[in-house]
Amino acid sequence: MDKIIELKNVSFVYDTQEEQKPALRNVSLDVRRGEFLAVIGHNGSGKSTLAKLLNAILLPTEGQVLVEGMDTADEDLVYEIRRRVGMVFQNPDNQIVATIVEDDVAFGPENLGVPPAEIRQRVDDALRAVGMYEFRGAEPHKLSGGQKQRVAVAGVIAMRTDCIIFDESTAMIDPKGRREVLETAKRLCREMGITVVMITHFMEEAVQADRVVVLDSGRVAAEGVPSEVFADSALLRRTGLELPFAAKLAGKIRTAGVPLPDGLLTPDSVADALFAAAQEAEVI
Amino acid sequence: MIRDVAIGQYLPGHSFLHKMDARVKIVCTLAFIIAIFLCKNFWSLGLMVFAALVMTLLSRVPFGQLLRSLRPVAFILLFTAILNLFYTKAGNVLWHWKIFTLTDRGIYTAVFMAVRILSLISVSALLTFTTTPTALTDGIEKLLSPLKLVKVPVHSLAMMMTLALRFIPTLIEEIDRIMSAQKARGADLETGGFIRRAKALLPILIPLFVSAFRRAYDLAYAMECRCYRGGEGRTRMKQMRMGVRDGVAIALFAALTAGIFLLNHFFAHLI
Repeated sequence: MDKIIELKNVSFVYDTQEEQKPALRNVSLDVRRGEFLAVIGHNGSGKSTLAKLLNAILLPTEGQVLVEGMDTADEDLVYEIRRRVGMVFQNPDNQIVATIVEDDVAFGPENLGVPPAEIRQRVDDALRAVGMYEFRGAEPHKLSGGQKQRVAVAGVIAMRTDCIIFDESTAMIDPKGRREVLETAKRLCREMGITVVMITHFMEEAVQADRVVVLDSGRVAAEGVPSEVFADSALLRRTGLELPFAAKLAGKIRTAGVPLPDGLLTPDSVADALFAAAQEAEVI
Repeated sequence: MIRDVAIGQYLPGHSFLHKMDARVKIVCTLAFIIAIFLCKNFWSLGLMVFAALVMTLLSRVPFGQLLRSLRPVAFILLFTAILNLFYTKAGNVLWHWKIFTLTDRGIYTAVFMAVRILSLISVSALLTFTTTPTALTDGIEKLLSPLKLVKVPVHSLAMMMTLALRFIPTLIEEIDRIMSAQKARGADLETGGFIRRAKALLPILIPLFVSAFRRAYDLAYAMECRCYRGGEGRTRMKQMRMGVRDGVAIALFAALTAGIFLLNHFFAHLI
């Protein structure tokens, strides 16, 4: 699979007046085209810094970030990079610019100079893709957190970006809204082929990804498919991460004497395995 | 609830006035305001009041709603009326007591001024009732665009207005939250004299400003991420188009202005 974003030996140091705080140390990482990548890590692991390096909000102190082969350090390419890699931020209120939903979604394409009729088409398509079409005339401040984030997602896909970065976009919203945003992200990835990079500290979201990167004190501590990463309990302990709830539950059931297979990470898979085990034991 | 705060005072609708081009509406409102100051007697003023009434009916804005928007100016209205009532020394004296003199001319002037201000405010209120804030700022941007030639940052000004409108409800919610938080810590916001109450506002204003700056910072990032580079090379989804409707409105306004000059000419001047 080809790489859409490439990080080569990237280090980043926050240069404040009091101290020099390294946030990322020698990180090398690829984001593959069309994949759903989750980046997890506890507070201060550098995951938000990583997100901001991916579309030239921050520039690496050392090393190189390449987006479709373009170096983010090249000032002339910043615009080209940002029209390919969009970003959904943490606070839903602080990224909506217009007083009406559809005007906000139109903001990106308007900046790109897309002809009016095509903007209309793109806005309608984007709002349908995130399931917010019926709210196109609404005022953003009257929407729920999950709805606002979906409007923000629509704003990004109306620009026809190849990749969307969710920078802890679910951290400030309620569980229902979180589910809505995650489902939207998954659908965009599976159905529209958009590359998704999900920065999160919710393990339940990470298990849905194709690939997980674990960051710890600015370094890549592990990288792999969710079932691999979450099977390594020593790694999770070391990096201060928790198992997803379903995996913890499966562990408890196992210690209670019910033989369940390894690598159960979602509630559905635990339920299925439990059902199979019950059938095996001829309880039902 | 605070979530229901409306941005501006736009009332959704599909009337003649709602469908007019924002630019034409803004220009007509300004023309109306100027015209109303050109009225010299009750005949021409009456014509303007009639025009204002017709516009209100056309907009289908409920009269109650319109009256409510006049409430904030009630004081100014009363003040100017009283001033005019006693300040006008010309005309036949009807009543006299110490320094106060009431003349027939004074009564005319007071009524004239009050009606003038009333119709002026109602017509501007109609503009905001029938035009979305977005259309209004877009209209202003388009109308001011010739100023770009003399290097006035018209686009930036319009963008600032849009963002200010967008963040009014957000900041109101924020104030509400901060006030609750400070009250929970025992802040007393309601009692005491003016100075004490003003001082009590400080613990609300400081967090509000800190948060507003943080929001501004986030918003700037978000806008940059969506490829915002100022007005250069930007297109708009909603194009403003002038239709037959706007032509009719402009023609009617021209007729109205002509009517005023005629009525001013043929009837005695009051002012």
